[in-house]
Amino acid sequence: MTLAEILLGLFPDGHAVAVRDGLVTGSGPFGDGRIHVVGVDGDAPLGIEGALTLSRAVLDAVRAGDVAPILVAVDSDSQRMSRRDELLGLNEYLAHLAKALLLADRSGHPTIGLIYGHSAAGAFIATALATRVLAALPGANPSVMDLPSVARVTKLPLEKLQDMATSTPVFAPGLDNMVATGAVHVVLDPGKPLPGQIGALIAGMQPGDVRDRLGEERGGRPVARAVAAAVADQARLG
Amino acid sequence: MAGDRAASIDPDALSWYEATARQRVTALVDPGSFREFLGPTERRMSPHLPLFDLPRAFDDGIVIGRADIAGTPVLLAAQEGRFMGGAFGEVHGGKLVGLLRAALDLKPRAVLILFDTGGVRLQEANAGETAIAEAMRAIVDVRAAGIPVVGLIGGRAGCYGGGGLIAGTCSRLAVSEGGRISVSGPEVIETNKGAEEFDSRDRALVWRTMGGKHRRLTGGADAFCADTVAAFRQAAVALIDRAPAFDLAGLEAEQARLAARIARFGDCRDATEVWARLGVNDPATVPGMDTAAFEAIVARVGEADHDAR
Repeated sequence: MTLAEILLGLFPDGHAVAVRDGLVTGSGPFGDGRIHVVGVDGDAPLGIEGALTLSRAVLDAVRAGDVAPILVAVDSDSQRMSRRDELLGLNEYLAHLAKALLLADRSGHPTIGLIYGHSAAGAFIATALATRVLAALPGANPSVMDLPSVARVTKLPLEKLQDMATSTPVFAPGLDNMVATGAVHVVLDPGKPLPGQIGALIAGMQPGDVRDRLGEERGGRPVARAVAAAVADQARLG
Repeated sequence: MAGDRAASIDPDALSWYEATARQRVTALVDPGSFREFLGPTERRMSPHLPLFDLPRAFDDGIVIGRADIAGTPVLLAAQEGRFMGGAFGEVHGGKLVGLLRAALDLKPRAVLILFDTGGVRLQEANAGETAIAEAMRAIVDVRAAGIPVVGLIGGRAGCYGGGGLIAGTCSRLAVSEGGRISVSGPEVIETNKGAEEFDSRDRALVWRTMGGKHRRLTGGADAFCADTVAAFRQAAVALIDRAPAFDLAGLEAEQARLAARIARFGDCRDATEVWARLGVNDPATVPGMDTAAFEAIVARVGEADHDAR
């Protein structure tokens, strides 16, 4: 689905969501109130200016005090890779955006990620992965790194990696693997109305971070939850 | 064995950059106070690395536990940059996330993270990436509970990729000259954008673009340390006592701080131009300055100290 199709499905009676330079901000009617929308469209890379535009929109929503849900819609590239972005401290800008979303969540705004295209690396962490519930649409393609690049770094033949990717979700790019890892909570049905599916996600939100439990249940991250739990146990015993 | 020998190391003489994660931890905290969680004898190793015919580490490249520092209880995690570049794999990430979650129960005076990481471990990329997101959420929870999270950065592997994002989530950061903080590493930028954009072999360029002095001058880090464990200990104790809260006011202040940085330095090509605009008289001399001379410069730069995190 394209962003235009998503917005049409979410807001059949119109909305105030704008896209500028690949950055999505605005809001629309949702249930008895409104829903804020921020995001990245068109496979755009996320750099320092973009991160600051999105964090401004998120902090404005928190300041408004309406506890309206915030939808983070993502079809992005990775972080913008440039000397200038790193010179000016891109890690601070991306972390700031993630912190704004985490603050909104703590302040009572349900935060829902919706990945409908690509996303990768730092851009993925600062946006979709900083929400409480991350949904995907079929055809979405989240990744950390594409397989040819993984082959270059690990010095393994691409054919071997492609073969391993079919049985090992922990390293391979793609939506199914991110679902198995627990990073993506649910894949939505594009044939059904979006508002009802988003509303159900908000209604079903659980406290705490359930991603490692999902990863264990789905087999894509077999030991992370148990490791974290064992640490907590040993810490309590002193 | 190794722990006893490390305990006798003089923190004043031990180079942070050269030390292992275990040596850093042992020399950083009060003697004999460190208790490790999920230590190497439990052999919680990566279930994935054998698929790639790669050796494993008994601690998966991260040492976690509790200790006292200057008599106050802390939890701490130390990444081992010599194992897989300190990168986040499934077990490695799960240990950090578990430690941060435990802080909510134990309520230590602070959590210390000794970063030494290239980012996500590509052989376990999805698990590493998700663990980084979990760690950031957990840090926000810990900070909101009034517990400072202080990052210490000065290791061989630097603090790259998702490690840089986690660092940006901390209450305070201490950094040494060798501590580089960045999202995309020099090689990644060069591979994707070409050597004209970033020549990764130009080490001077790497240090002044991502290194500790530049981050300290521009407010990306809150303390600058000489490359000794004793200096990091002193910085950690001081930073714990002046950690900012995590709230809307703090993030509004950070929004303004980061916007002002773009407005003031957005057209700079090189760090030396940034330093000149910050009022540094002879920017070319900054990389060669000793700690005392550099601290004197920092004291005159308004951007360096703030609570906007």
